[in-house]
Amino acid sequence: MSRYTDGPGARVVGLGHYQPARIVTNDDLTTQFGVETNDAWIQDRVGIKARRFAAEGETCLDMSVAAAGKALANAGIEAADVDLVIVATLTPPTMLPNVASQVAARLGINAPGAFDVNTACSGFSYGLATAQHAIVSGAAKTALVIGAEKLTDVIDFADRTTCILFADGAGAAVVTAAEQNGIGPVYWGSDGPRGDVLNIDDDGFIRQEGQAVFRWATTALAPFARAACERAGVDPADLVAFIPHQANVRIIDHIAKRLGATNAVIARDIVESGNTSSASIPLALSKLVERGELPSGGPALLFGFGGGLTYAGQVITIP
Amino acid sequence: MSSNDEIRAGLAEILEEIADVQKDDVADDKSFTDDLDVDSLSMVEVVVAAEEKFGVKIPDDDVQGLKTVGDAVAYISQAQA
Repeated sequence: MSRYTDGPGARVVGLGHYQPARIVTNDDLTTQFGVETNDAWIQDRVGIKARRFAAEGETCLDMSVAAAGKALANAGIEAADVDLVIVATLTPPTMLPNVASQVAARLGINAPGAFDVNTACSGFSYGLATAQHAIVSGAAKTALVIGAEKLTDVIDFADRTTCILFADGAGAAVVTAAEQNGIGPVYWGSDGPRGDVLNIDDDGFIRQEGQAVFRWATTALAPFARAACERAGVDPADLVAFIPHQANVRIIDHIAKRLGATNAVIARDIVESGNTSSASIPLALSKLVERGELPSGGPALLFGFGGGLTYAGQVITIP
Repeated sequence: MSSNDEIRAGLAEILEEIADVQKDDVADDKSFTDDLDVDSLSMVEVVVAAEEKFGVKIPDDDVQGLKTVGDAVAYISQAQA
């Protein structure tokens, strides 16, 4: 098949991210939240050293607006030019109105298509593909795709298997029509029959069967990540970056190795940011680009996976 | 079909590769967690590798019952029969 950059299409032209100011280390979980755990155990099992928690009253909407504003500035695009807003999240402050419409209102975007997407940790890749499809079909010209979570709203601090993992944050991308395409065909799918291993229970808390999810992630996913590369006509060895959902360093390394992303920068933002579900991919990507660690124009694989179970990945050109 | 010695030797190779366990330490009475320092996630990796190597299925529910190397050898031997 031809390479994804052949011909016109859509591309990512700007990125932005927002993280709350409060840094919570592994030791802070014990001293401030009474969690019976320790730093070495968490680093060894998941790779997290610290994470960010939103302030009281700071919402997923607030973080979405902050990240999106930075992405627009980074792209040099006016809010007035945006005609589609997609927010991937599983922690909207309100189910009605949706987050995307409120982001548009806060940023002064006039009458865009606006909707939220919930596929949990794969949400950003689903949202990005949907924006791409809208642009390629002619339904939109300039899209904002945001991944944002306030997972502290759904953390049970009495459950030490999950409360050490999850955190808050947001990332955003601006996507426009382009003469040369910069987003490969998405490879997406789901495994509903196995979905009960990750859920929000009747008490409103996130629950996970860690070993079952780990087994799925380390056995099923690498072929899907490879398939996303194949659809884009990109050899995994030619990737300049691999930005998977930031679930666990051991899962990230597993997939990267089996994918064969031998020359890629592997995103490990989980170390300082924890697992921010829908936000983790744009957050990690935006930070790497801001630090100048990724070469502009190179192909990077984004790959989200998690609750549902769902997964989605696509190759994009680094802006 | 493999003999118990072959299964134990195969497990030792997997444990060395995944969890840096010395092959000489792998004996039937050794506990994965207490003696060999294999954590729960590494145990999942060991099980997945063992499934491939020995052509068996070891469901998550059964993994909980595999406390020692001897438990795993017996389980795999039984599953192959």
